[in-house]
Amino acid sequence: MSKTLTLNGQMISAREGESILDAARDAGVSIPTLCHMNGVGDVGACRMCLVELAGSGKLVPACTTKISEGMEVNSDTPQLREYRRMLVELIFSERNHVCAVCVANGNCELQDLAIHVGMDHVRYDYLYPAENVDVSHPMFGMDHNRCILCTRCVRTCDEIEGAHVWDITARGIKSHTITGLAEPWGEVNTCTSCGKCVMACPTGAIFKLGATVAEMEKDREKLAFLKNARERREWV
Amino acid sequence: MQDEVATLLEKTASTERMAQSRYSQRIQVCMGTACMALNSEQVKTALEHAVIENGIQKQCQVQRVGCPGLCSLGPMLRVIDKTITAEANEPRETLYQQITPEVAPAIVTSLTPAAQPTSALDAHRCEVADTFFKRQVKVVLEHCSHIDPERIEDYIAHGGYRAIQSVLTEWTPQRVIDSITKAGLRGRGGAGYPTGLKWATVAKANSSNGKKYVICNGDEGDPGAYMDRSVMEGDPHRVIEGMMIAAYAIGASQGYVYVRAESPLAAKRLRVAIRQAQRAGLLGNNIAGSAFHFDIELRLGAGAFVCGEETALIASIEGGRGQPRPRPPYPAESGLWGCPTLINNVETFANIAPIIDKGWEWYAGIGTAKSKGTKVFALTGQVKTSGLIEVPMGITLREIVFDIAGGIPNNRQFKAVQTGGPSGGCIPEKFLDMPVDYESLAKVGSIMGSGGMIVMDDSTNMIEVARFFMEFCMDESCGKCVPCRVGTVQLHRLLSKFVDKTATPADLIKLEGLCKLVKHTSLCGLGQAAPNPVISTLNYFREEYEQCLKPSP
Amino acid sequence: MANKVKLATVWLGGCSGCHMSFLDLDEWLFDLAQQVELVFSPIADVKIFPEGVDVALIEGAVANEDNLALVKRVRACSKMIISFGDCAVTGNVTALRNILGPNNAEQVLQRAYHDVQNLQPQSPRFVVEDCVTNTLHEIVPPLLPQVLPVHAVVPVDVYLPGCPPPAPRIRAVLTQLLAGNTPQMIGREMLKFG
Ligand SMILES: Cc1cc2nc3c(=O)[nH]c(=O)nc-3n(C[C@H](O)[C@H](O)[C@H](O)COP(=O)(O)O)c2cc1C
Ligand code: SF4
Repeated sequence: MSKTLTLNGQMISAREGESILDAARDAGVSIPTLCHMNGVGDVGACRMCLVELAGSGKLVPACTTKISEGMEVNSDTPQLREYRRMLVELIFSERNHVCAVCVANGNCELQDLAIHVGMDHVRYDYLYPAENVDVSHPMFGMDHNRCILCTRCVRTCDEIEGAHVWDITARGIKSHTITGLAEPWGEVNTCTSCGKCVMACPTGAIFKLGATVAEMEKDREKLAFLKNARERREWV
Repeated sequence: MQDEVATLLEKTASTERMAQSRYSQRIQVCMGTACMALNSEQVKTALEHAVIENGIQKQCQVQRVGCPGLCSLGPMLRVIDKTITAEANEPRETLYQQITPEVAPAIVTSLTPAAQPTSALDAHRCEVADTFFKRQVKVVLEHCSHIDPERIEDYIAHGGYRAIQSVLTEWTPQRVIDSITKAGLRGRGGAGYPTGLKWATVAKANSSNGKKYVICNGDEGDPGAYMDRSVMEGDPHRVIEGMMIAAYAIGASQGYVYVRAESPLAAKRLRVAIRQAQRAGLLGNNIAGSAFHFDIELRLGAGAFVCGEETALIASIEGGRGQPRPRPPYPAESGLWGCPTLINNVETFANIAPIIDKGWEWYAGIGTAKSKGTKVFALTGQVKTSGLIEVPMGITLREIVFDIAGGIPNNRQFKAVQTGGPSGGCIPEKFLDMPVDYESLAKVGSIMGSGGMIVMDDSTNMIEVARFFMEFCMDESCGKCVPCRVGTVQLHRLLSKFVDKTATPADLIKLEGLCKLVKHTSLCGLGQAAPNPVISTLNYFREEYEQCLKPSP
Repeated sequence: MANKVKLATVWLGGCSGCHMSFLDLDEWLFDLAQQVELVFSPIADVKIFPEGVDVALIEGAVANEDNLALVKRVRACSKMIISFGDCAVTGNVTALRNILGPNNAEQVLQRAYHDVQNLQPQSPRFVVEDCVTNTLHEIVPPLLPQVLPVHAVVPVDVYLPGCPPPAPRIRAVLTQLLAGNTPQMIGREMLKFG
């Protein structure tokens, strides 16, 4: 069933059960995202896609909020813009994101987002945590300095590959992405080395071994393609 | 069949009453966590030995009870002596405080027929009891400190399980929900959501597999708060009965009590109580011969504050990582294993049986227009008498701080009272005469919360208070969403700059901006409320922040 | 000469790549020279940062005592300062040693002057006389406990990121400045880090 809602003052129609994010994208309005990825379930964690609902003024994540008839949504207000920039700055302050020496320089969603929100510098103190780089896997590496805890690798490995190699341990600022039961990635025998997590990672945190600065290109739409093909049984 | 339960309750009650009436003297020893930490178990053993040594075991019973509330004066005990009547033919009741195993025999000797007047106990007579209890109204805590929490018979003898019995035999689920709605009960877990409305929503919700669940939220993780723990320790059957009534009203057949493993005594008492209720046929299949099936399982949490948040708690029961998820869908539509789930706080459930028993009219008569009934608070900080109190909604903060708690010690001045723990705010002196209810507290930038109440005197540094709560939120953040995970750390750093007096005016602007961000963009209540202590201290004690500024370079 | 804009470029803890990129402006440098007077720069032999500077481009992070003293003087003597390149804006590679913790200076020196030296490992600790100020100081200025981006030490007016900032980006910023406008730092061409 089709529903009508207002997005940034524009009437748009959307399918029932659709998220605000999908409805907006169908209508050609892009809402910035980071933890969202086509093909895996949404968690509403990065808060980048927050939109404002008219009336209550409440901010809700566009990725996990379903549209409803007559809903009035604003995805671009000065306040939202300021919040998004602050959120990106917080992410940059959290780990050691040194773009200049990153395999994903130029192919990074976080870097793109920083440009999108107009981040010319970070106002908060950098936390400079001491992070590890795990290169125990024969093909891939994990650089925790660049991990933003979006859990896209966790969801990809769990939902698409079905191996559930990745997870998150600890809490708060101590949260960490782990492989297996917090073992070196190379020792996790459930890993099929399919490389989907490498593709899913928005930054340079998960990379192919041997890639050097700015070499790590990622093909994220492939994951959604795989999932759709499987669901629609396109190969059968 | 249905009468069977009625008969069982009656028989149990009368046997118990008879057994108890054989004793003319009773010594009730608090066996709550606080008093037990102060050796009340040894006190009880010493009392039992002394009773035998004095040969009065036929007339004097030593009994384990829950918390009477004066936790700072423990171990507490109460002596009820029917051989001496006080006013209105009531037996004489004496409260004793700070009893050690060494003093215990003197109490027993004072009860023997040959007792001589002695001054040995003078120092232990609880002087503050009169003022401490005078303004209190005990509904939730009515049995705490009066019954043995590990004996279902004692609960039944005090009218327990009468409510569920009449509900099962005479009430429709709708009537139950209507009563709770009309009573005006609001959730005691913090947000104050109308309980009747929540029950009605879950009752109406469709479940794809026909299952619905009731969850009792006993996670209670605010620093310094122990209201729910005391209820679970002191009157566990009350909670179970509340859950049963709820399950009947919404059509659930399985319940869970979620308690943190850091409250082992509460967990133990609940486990014992659940087993007793099962044995008595009050939990299980075809309860009271009706078509109503309901059972309760205890789930232990690992002690994460965020697991008190309902969606995180549900994830934890399901065996997942205790992390909140965006709502909607609310648990009422899609909760435990995707089924409609009712989740209420311990104290909320403890209010149910009396509402059914005494009628919603009675309940609605206590409190204010929009906040009905009573609220239990864990009163701590710089007051003369701290402890667990239950007060009618609408009482003023001044009455609590100065009448019940006896005011500020050491000749100092009152400065502020903090309610709602890490999610609440600091209320300054000018609001002391404000009534304690959900709306008034929210209006001054705090919240009712689950019942933590910390009184601060004029020696308190408000920035350090704000930083303490921020540190708590920072440590307890689950780490899922960016504003809370990183924002609380940056807020904590900024507050530390103020404490160290190295902050710049630019830092003050950053602090306010971050408070706004974290409040408005966090995923769950933990992050959304984390800036509240900062915001409220900035509001009422801004000059303290400004005094800590160093000029911009 | 009198109404020319007084431009300074400063080199703190960085690799000089930003200055190389500046030199990549090639023949536009001649145009620039028409409009500005370069009063201080690593590519000009001026010892003391002068007063009355209009615009100062600061390359590099604040890594040692000398950097700290210089950046404070630059701020005091300049109308506008521009954080020039990623090291100045974020700390970047220069700040990587911060990951080692608060007291990393000794570790860093040990690594640089001992661990990786095969011949004659030694710390450059001897004292020299500064011919300008006639004071004695160590040949290597003491490292700060933490490397800081410029704005963590003094207020900054414009941020010009990039490692290094591409020459066209530098040119765009300077052009807007010389036209009397505040540079608009918007979009990939102007804002991409790295
Ligand atoms: C961070 C956080 C912690 C919470 N902790 C508790 C708790 O310890 N006990 C509780 O009953 N409710 C807690 N809540 C509130 C619950 O999410 C939920 O609203 C409550 O259990 C509903 O019960 P009520 O309607 O009876 O209040 C917490 C909420 C948040 C956001
Ligand atoms: S607000 Fe904090 S506790 Fe809640 S989901 Fe976000 S990170 Fe977790």
